[in-house]
Amino acid sequence: MTKSASSAPAGGVPVLMKGNEALGEAAIRAGCRAFFGYPITPQSELPAYMARRMPEEDGVFLQAESELAAINMVYGAAGAGVRVMTSSSSPGISLKQEGISYIAGAELPAVIVNIMRGGPGLGSIMPGQSDYFQATKGGGHGDYRLVVYGPATVQELVDLTIRAFNVADRYRSPVMILGDGILGQMMEPVVFPTEKPAEVAKPWATTGRQGTRGRNVVNSLYLAAEELEAHNLRLQAKFAEMHSNEVIYESIIPEGAEVVCVAYGTTARVVKSAIAMARQEGIKVGLIRPISLWPFPDEAFVNLPDTVRSVLTVEMSAGQMVEDVRLALNGRLPVHFYGRMGGMWPIPRDVLAEIKKAAGREAGVAR
Amino acid sequence: MSSIVERIPVYEPPKSLSDVSSHYCPGCTHGATHRIVAEVMDELGLTDKAVGIASVGCSVLAYNYFECDMQQAAHGRAPAVATGVKRVRPELVVWTYQGDGDLASIGTNEVIHAALRGEKITVIFINNAIYGMTGGQAAPTTLIGQKTATTPFGRDKSWSGSPIHLSEMLALQEGAAFIARTSTHNPAHLGRTRAAIKRAFQTQLEGKGFSLVEILSTCPTNWGMTPVEALKWVEEQMVPVYPLGIFKDWQADGARSPAAAGAAAKSAKPAEGGK
Repeated sequence: MTKSASSAPAGGVPVLMKGNEALGEAAIRAGCRAFFGYPITPQSELPAYMARRMPEEDGVFLQAESELAAINMVYGAAGAGVRVMTSSSSPGISLKQEGISYIAGAELPAVIVNIMRGGPGLGSIMPGQSDYFQATKGGGHGDYRLVVYGPATVQELVDLTIRAFNVADRYRSPVMILGDGILGQMMEPVVFPTEKPAEVAKPWATTGRQGTRGRNVVNSLYLAAEELEAHNLRLQAKFAEMHSNEVIYESIIPEGAEVVCVAYGTTARVVKSAIAMARQEGIKVGLIRPISLWPFPDEAFVNLPDTVRSVLTVEMSAGQMVEDVRLALNGRLPVHFYGRMGGMWPIPRDVLAEIKKAAGREAGVAR
Repeated sequence: MSSIVERIPVYEPPKSLSDVSSHYCPGCTHGATHRIVAEVMDELGLTDKAVGIASVGCSVLAYNYFECDMQQAAHGRAPAVATGVKRVRPELVVWTYQGDGDLASIGTNEVIHAALRGEKITVIFINNAIYGMTGGQAAPTTLIGQKTATTPFGRDKSWSGSPIHLSEMLALQEGAAFIARTSTHNPAHLGRTRAAIKRAFQTQLEGKGFSLVEILSTCPTNWGMTPVEALKWVEEQMVPVYPLGIFKDWQADGARSPAAAGAAAKSAKPAEGGK
């Protein structure tokens, strides 16, 4: 294939881009050289962008016959030592779970994007956050963890995608970008970095012995129980290291805050609007926005001011992240929850009403 | 295929085969087929530039038995894993080793799409008409009337269908460049198997497209036979159902119609019986 003129957006200056396409460009700038995917709404602009851009970068775009094939192509390419990504939306990510478990078990670096829609089952094509459990608690079989990022803006989608490739290589572990349909579809100004990605040595990859070394094997099978336990202990040590080093969150707790809201992704932006409305009504409200969903930012919930009476978690789900909030607080504060499902999302007015309830400011309710 | 019979070097361990004991049962033909694949890798000088993909089933540990780089794939997904490797490193020679449960049942989608994309990989497909590793359950390749753990009264066509003819199906795909079915039931057929495997790897080296060799193989343990009875069963029961021959060959007649390929396969049956 002839290398065509690059249609890459300029780096270092703001450009207006759709979330899904900006994510694709960020991956390319992170050194992603292969993309395997299967069409599903609302992430379809991403593979289409890769189909157009990858040939310009001498990279590989291949539309697989299924999500199962796509994730296993990712396994093969990651095992061969290149930066590789796949993307899908909720039902497709369910199909990829077997492969993700193998990738984690074989300790391969890869980036997996889930632009979430409503579920369960075929659900809808409208946005959701109901794959939090699946993303952060395992998803596939076996004891493994993914670093999971929940970006809230198109810029953050770009920055976290680049970070995801670096983290994946550092730990030889799959990393997930957990966006929602709103973020994938919205357009915002975004600035791409101009730096070139660092070259990462992968002496373990199956690149052919080339007369220089013995056989390399990519594998997750350990038939002897002692060996599999030892492998698991090694993995757990790595996950513990990730847990210590890879926490990211935003925390804005004003002095005298009565309530602290917890939300991630697009929902956090809605909550920020509601917090501004509350301030105008004289209610001081804080926000903890987990950016790494795993590892969850437990530390953000330590040493909250004594003025905080309760915590309100808002999600586009029936209440999934709220369980981690409760674990982090360990009973120290009451935790309220407000969620919308099925492709509906919270609006600031409704969140404000929930903030008032959490603050005990609800009309007719004694404090 | 009689024109491509070759001499087999008998007492020289192939360098591409690891010097370890295998876990295969006595009388199982995986060992012979492993050796043939390794011999061909030696002959074509592939060991330093090959990546083999082991599948799930009896041959899952193939990554311990070949000296080239190896990846172990999820059940049925070896052609997808091979695609991932080959697409990002086209200079490598990428091959899969899959049984009939893996390739012809759970992995049919992956192998068919690899063939239709003309993926430049080589597939070694072991057809022994049964699931070995899990204890002798029926496979899509199980013969009508054959008793297995899950067809205790014999495979009933009206209930579980007829044996799958993967090679014939794959030969219909334009991207398939070399498709052959061979057998392991006697030395002459092992020689033909070796020739077919060599041609399959050459197909990849020439960049012609997808190549696959389906190899009729034994499973004395799960068939409940002695090794000798098992070889006889391949010859007498399997070969008539699974005609031997070359179904697609870019070198000989890349443009041969599927119908002609089917006819050739049928006519190959008596000639290739090896009696």
